Amino acid sequence: MSSSVERIDREAREEFGRRGRTVVHRGELLRHPVYTRVLHWSVAISFVLSLLSGFAIYSPWLYRWLTPLFGGGAMTRFLHPWFGLAFTIAFFFQFLNWFAPMRWTSADSRWMRRLRAYVTNQEKSEPKETGFFNAGQKLYFWLIALSAILFLITGVLLWFDDVVLRWLVAVSYVVHDLAALIMLAGFIIHIYEGTAAAPGTFRSMTDGTVTRDWARTHHPAWYEEVAKNEPREDRDNRPTST
Amino acid sequence: MSNPQTMQIQEISAHSGPVPGQGTQRAAKVCKYIDVTTCIGCKACEVACVEWNDHPFRETSFDNTYQTMASTEWNYWNLIKFVEHERDGNFMWLMRKDQCMHCEDPGCLRACPADGAIIKYQNGIVDFQQENCIGCGYCISGCPFDIPKFNPQTKKVFKCTLCSDRVGQGLEPACIKACPTGCLHFGTKQEMVQIARARVSQLQTESGFANAGVYDPPSIGGTHVIYVLHDVTQPELYGGLPANPVIPPSYTVWKWLAKPMGLIMAGLGVLAVFFHRVTVGPKLPQPEPVITEHPDEAESDRRETP
Ligand code: SF4
Ligand code: SF4
Repeated sequence: MSSSVERIDREAREEFGRRGRTVVHRGELLRHPVYTRVLHWSVAISFVLSLLSGFAIYSPWLYRWLTPLFGGGAMTRFLHPWFGLAFTIAFFFQFLNWFAPMRWTSADSRWMRRLRAYVTNQEKSEPKETGFFNAGQKLYFWLIALSAILFLITGVLLWFDDVVLRWLVAVSYVVHDLAALIMLAGFIIHIYEGTAAAPGTFRSMTDGTVTRDWARTHHPAWYEEVAKNEPREDRDNRPTST
Repeated sequence: MSNPQTMQIQEISAHSGPVPGQGTQRAAKVCKYIDVTTCIGCKACEVACVEWNDHPFRETSFDNTYQTMASTEWNYWNLIKFVEHERDGNFMWLMRKDQCMHCEDPGCLRACPADGAIIKYQNGIVDFQQENCIGCGYCISGCPFDIPKFNPQTKKVFKCTLCSDRVGQGLEPACIKACPTGCLHFGTKQEMVQIARARVSQLQTESGFANAGVYDPPSIGGTHVIYVLHDVTQPELYGGLPANPVIPPSYTVWKWLAKPMGLIMAGLGVLAVFFHRVTVGPKLPQPEPVITEHPDEAESDRRETP
């Protein structure tokens, strides 16, 4: 990443940090600062709107259920690309924000090899080397990045389909749907992991904090790092290394 | 004989559930027969189409041919394509009346994601219902004949209706009525194919067009507009009539197989995570280990935790 891009991200983070607030109580750690949370929910809202409006057009079975949500078929068709554009922009900034901690490491490859143990809860805690994000989260992030590019390209072609070549529209139609299905699969798992599967995770995106036990259980290497450096409580808006 | 006027709906675009009234009436298939070999290019049918449908008179474009404009438009549904052709060293006109072919298996209808935007009547007429159209334009890329046209102002798509409003009242389409040479006919598909075959054998035996034939492409189940061509082996000559028109597989295979599969997979995915929670259960944050193999670390931990 070029330094000017990093600067945009850093300045945005500081600006949001000044305007918003994260209260870290005793026994807790700051996980996601204000800027990250705002980005996450911007991405999430625009994604859900794109998903619902897109699925309305995706299938005849969903058409009559979902188009009324957006004021009818023509309105759904009109809004969907704008929701998509909002998603692309929001995700672009989230990409800058998370690009660094999402970098793939050899520890992540090792994590992927024990995926079965992870899914079946054979180990109560994550391996010691699991950092701020585990390999599953990174994989989801990169899948979204890939799908977002596919969405953007095919979406623009479909948006202006009256001037684009016929076969290109027909191909885009399939690729756009495939990207949506890939993303939906990740999305289902993401929601589950963020709520019911790992209690204590959801608040990291609302309050911005997690308990120390949570951090040690799910992200031991990250816990080691922050617990060593910064054992103070009641911190406000510390811009973290993430 | 059953009634060719039957405007009972047979197929509806993007419609879940059965089609109301399907199969309740005996219905003959209608057909428009166009004898390209006797068309004189007078454009009476073009005018009749504009008149009957109350289309505004629009600009024509001159391209060094007699053709009115480059292609049909959203409010110009009927266009004679003029092709200058050389046959055995002699010049000849190929004049083909271009309009919606009213396919038996319509690619436009297959591609359309909007419930009820395109319907096919039991008599074979394919008709757009603009009030249900969402303006996505998929029908445009689904049509093998480049027929549906987008109106950028209203964001709706239009095309020839085969005068469904006239046919429903027992009248023949406006273009048929206007044709002075009798190269256009309208009736049941059976009758039209018969006339067309008779004309083809006449062309073959009496006029020396050995390759004359009926254009009624089986790749889309036949059409409700059929042509008699001087050379049916080269339909492309006639202003780009496809020899083997097909609906893009993205609208057939993908839409009717892969899409429902995708939905089922998504549904199963939701069920899978739900039952994962019920059976395997959540990962709870583990309490800090009290006993550790490295007392030094434990000591430093304790100091940090008030
Ligand atoms: S010619 Fe095109 S618009 Fe007409 S019925 Fe066939 S697919 Fe539809
Ligand atoms: S533009 Fe064509 S495909 Fe899209 S809704 Fe209208 S009729 Fe159907």
